[in-house]
Amino acid sequence: MESRFVALRDYSDCPDSALLGQSPPMNAPARYGRVAMLLHWMAALLIAAAAGLALTMTDLPLSPAKLRYYAWHKWIGITVFLVAAVRLAWRSYAPPPPFPHAMPRAQVLAARAVHALLYGLMLVIPLSGWIYSSATGVSVSYLNLVPLPNIVARDKALASALLTVHQALNLMLATLLVVHVGAAIKHRWVDRDGMVSRMLPR
Amino acid sequence: MKRALAAALLAIPLLAGAQPVVYDKSEIRFVSRQMGVEVEGRFRRWKASVDLRASDLAQSRVDFDVDLASIDLASEESEAEARRADWFDTARFPAATFRSSSVRAAGPDRYEVTGKLAMKGVTREVVVPVAMRKDASGNAVAEASFPVKRLPYRIGDGPWSDPSVVADDVLVRARIVIGK
Repeated sequence: MESRFVALRDYSDCPDSALLGQSPPMNAPARYGRVAMLLHWMAALLIAAAAGLALTMTDLPLSPAKLRYYAWHKWIGITVFLVAAVRLAWRSYAPPPPFPHAMPRAQVLAARAVHALLYGLMLVIPLSGWIYSSATGVSVSYLNLVPLPNIVARDKALASALLTVHQALNLMLATLLVVHVGAAIKHRWVDRDGMVSRMLPR
Repeated sequence: MKRALAAALLAIPLLAGAQPVVYDKSEIRFVSRQMGVEVEGRFRRWKASVDLRASDLAQSRVDFDVDLASIDLASEESEAEARRADWFDTARFPAATFRSSSVRAAGPDRYEVTGKLAMKGVTREVVVPVAMRKDASGNAVAEASFPVKRLPYRIGDGPWSDPSVVADDVLVRARIVIGK
């Protein structure tokens, strides 16, 4: 099945391939490259960690743990933003493998739309959190090293509105991730078309 | 409780020759560091008795009584926490007090006020640098900024004593406007 769209390629023109091992750094046809995979799975782990902290920290009584979790949540969120920005830059340098010709047009469009929205949310959600934090009067300092400016002045009404925005965007992200992971499961175990192995290291 | 405290604050004997403090133009703020981020706060209610005279430094004095329960922080949750036993324990120690012991000149319009700062049953000597200036309406403005270590006062005790979460150093910034 897979051979239908996995184009064979000679990697000898790619100088790094010998050093980096099997997966070349640039996206080879039909598979994501090492860098794209690394960034994808970093984003997945970071989003899971940020979500786990968010669900834990908000219900905690005020305590040192709560302050730590909020700081970590913010640092992870900023990292998600940076990883998404690097991924977008990397995509333009090393475009992702094209979708297989056999894939229905509607599915290709749906996949593209979900990916675009996921990128958008990975950029917008951390920003919404940063503005929200500013509105509550708590500045953000990335990893305690890089102080970020406050985007808005302390404002309780604005803060509560921004919290709703931050939560709504995250609900959207969660919904899209269900679609994203659901599609991966379908490709892997229903269609068995090798789509998911494009993002898995060999 | 609040009324009793207000009465106690009002009961500070006014010193002979004390200068009138313009409270709505004055403030006592502080900056603490939480997880590396500066968090500002202030005290809504306090009372000062100031007699600062360049011509008579030996007789000059500055006394403060700060109602710790009047703390203003980013959220009501943090304000409630700040009043609890681990922090200021305002039920047992409602006020922070400063009583000057000496005032000395430290340059043009600059003074060094030495005195005892008492909070939560602990008294320590502090030296506060004060800069004086006049505002547009001719009032005297005294500005002071000095660090206070919270841990010797057991402010932020127990689980809160980890300075990597809330730093030991707290910067106190006071601006006291003295009417003509």
